[in-house]
Amino acid sequence: MSIKKISKEQPDNFEFNSENLSNAKKIIENYPEGKQQSAVMALLYITQRQNNNWIPLVAMKYIAKLLHMSYIKVYEVATFYSMYNLSPVGNYFIQVCTTTPCMIRGAYKLVEACQEKISKNEKELSKDKSCSWMEVECLGACVNAPMMQINDDYFEDLDKEKTLKIIDQILNGEKPKPGSYRGRTNSEPENNRKTLLEENNA
Amino acid sequence: MLKDEDRIFKNLYNDLGEDVSSAQKRGDWSNTKELCSKGRAWIINEIKASELRGRGGAGFPTGLKWSFAPKEVGSKPHYLVINADESEPGTCKDRDILRFEPHKLIEGCLITSYAINAHICYIYTRGEFSDEGQKLQKAINEAYDKKLIGKNACDTGWDFDIYIHYGAGAYICGEETALLESLEGKKGLPRIKPPFPALIGLYGCPTIINNVETIAVVPTILRRGSKWFASIGKLKNTGTKIFCISGNVNNPCNVEEEMGISLKELIETHAGGVVGGWDNLQAVIPGGSSMPLLPKKTCDTITMDFDSLIKEKSGLGTAGIVVINKKQDIIKCIARIARFYKHESCGQCTPCREGSGWMWRMLERMAKGEASREEVDMLLEVTKQIEGQTICAFGEGSAWPVQGLLRNFKKEIQKRNNFNPLINQNKNIPYLVDQHLLDKENAKIKNK
Repeated sequence: MSIKKISKEQPDNFEFNSENLSNAKKIIENYPEGKQQSAVMALLYITQRQNNNWIPLVAMKYIAKLLHMSYIKVYEVATFYSMYNLSPVGNYFIQVCTTTPCMIRGAYKLVEACQEKISKNEKELSKDKSCSWMEVECLGACVNAPMMQINDDYFEDLDKEKTLKIIDQILNGEKPKPGSYRGRTNSEPENNRKTLLEENNA
Repeated sequence: MLKDEDRIFKNLYNDLGEDVSSAQKRGDWSNTKELCSKGRAWIINEIKASELRGRGGAGFPTGLKWSFAPKEVGSKPHYLVINADESEPGTCKDRDILRFEPHKLIEGCLITSYAINAHICYIYTRGEFSDEGQKLQKAINEAYDKKLIGKNACDTGWDFDIYIHYGAGAYICGEETALLESLEGKKGLPRIKPPFPALIGLYGCPTIINNVETIAVVPTILRRGSKWFASIGKLKNTGTKIFCISGNVNNPCNVEEEMGISLKELIETHAGGVVGGWDNLQAVIPGGSSMPLLPKKTCDTITMDFDSLIKEKSGLGTAGIVVINKKQDIIKCIARIARFYKHESCGQCTPCREGSGWMWRMLERMAKGEASREEVDMLLEVTKQIEGQTICAFGEGSAWPVQGLLRNFKKEIQKRNNFNPLINQNKNIPYLVDQHLLDKENAKIKNK
């Protein structure tokens, strides 16, 4: 269970824009009639995308109305799952995986880089309020450890120096390239491939 | 080493492209209609004969699971749910299937749905896999465009729809009933079994839940025959498996190999060996973080299959191999895993909710040498009070790695934590009390 900090500053109202509203309606149709509650997770994501990476309380009330659910049921879901941000995290939200497989390959060096460049504590906005970072549990890219996620993208095979460079880029408003930072192809054994060799040469 | 021609996932590293025409060149979708026309009983029997065991961790025979679904559709529809909520530390195989071999999965979904009488399939993908989910959605759209799925899918006469449902960062949703709760738009709290999902699952309807890798190998098994699949690997542990080798190895990687391959061969051949050489190996977690670690002595000879690992009091799990060399502090490594479980416990059952945090705090102190001699035994007792006392297998998942540590590295812990209990003055402390929570003012540290 994640411990959630709910923002003290809340907007007064929230509504989906027309594009998101039609997306939301499409998603509701993915589920059988009367089971529209299933769409709550997807709608929370849409909110988060529309509202600069976080979900205000009014949005939960709005979703509850849209799905004919009680507000508390939406609140329960939003607080249970760790990926819903209930307070502002900035345009760039950096998540550093520090679970054992990443830890033993130096994930805490990445944490140091974030502390130096963004903020001393996790879940704290940088000076220009453009980004924040936090330690998270396994992100499922263990053979590309250590790694971190910035918004939707994975940055893999990192070390402290590379992380510093990536953070510099986002602080300057550039878009760093996701993927492996040692230049290897996906999850193949680097320079040591013994399988699927014909495919490689094809 | 497995021959390349016997590997199922030819595009594991994306040399060939993940789009539908590249997938068709590799043989996907080539005779789906013919496979389905052989009938439901034939499909289920072929999978039973292939002895395919679930690739999600528990290793339950897949064909048997399918046969639990009602033979005829009653008043309620049937559902197929794919578990793509891959979040076991050390495991990253489903991610590569979702992004590079999505058509194997989609075709597998169609065939499986046909076999279990389901018209709708939900793929529950972990929320962090946003790029992977988009690639999968692209593949699903391609399949709709080519009429491979949708109304009269592949000309089989079977209507079939696939939807992706994104999770949101809860490890517990990888447990099948928690996944169903989550799919219904609730908190991911596991359900009490029975009833089993095969009879009462999603929305109270019969539901079959399988791992991504399990379903993605189904079309190839049917095409090449159950005999081919059963001829690879060992008795009751057949076929190929994607192994994820991470941690202190020179070339961490995913690789598809036959079941029953020796751990040493996997690490030395494919992953470029342990950093600092084989003798520098300290321990290996063989199947994702829930599985107890193996000491080096066992690693020298162990083979990677379900039954051999159970004999060594561990398990194949998801085949996420985490290699730990002598440079690492083994207590710290397991303490970090305990922290993972503390963070991810859903909080429904008291032993797990309280116990996972307790184990973590004790292990953190043990790593620093701040625990007392008696706590080492207490730690074992706590794991025993969690194991088997919870609704779902998460309890075992959090207790087993700690038990594995105690079984193999007890001396190391005792060497580091060798002083008398923190509280000596108060003799009336019940045995099972977290010393961390007691009043420290009364504490008197001796022998330190």
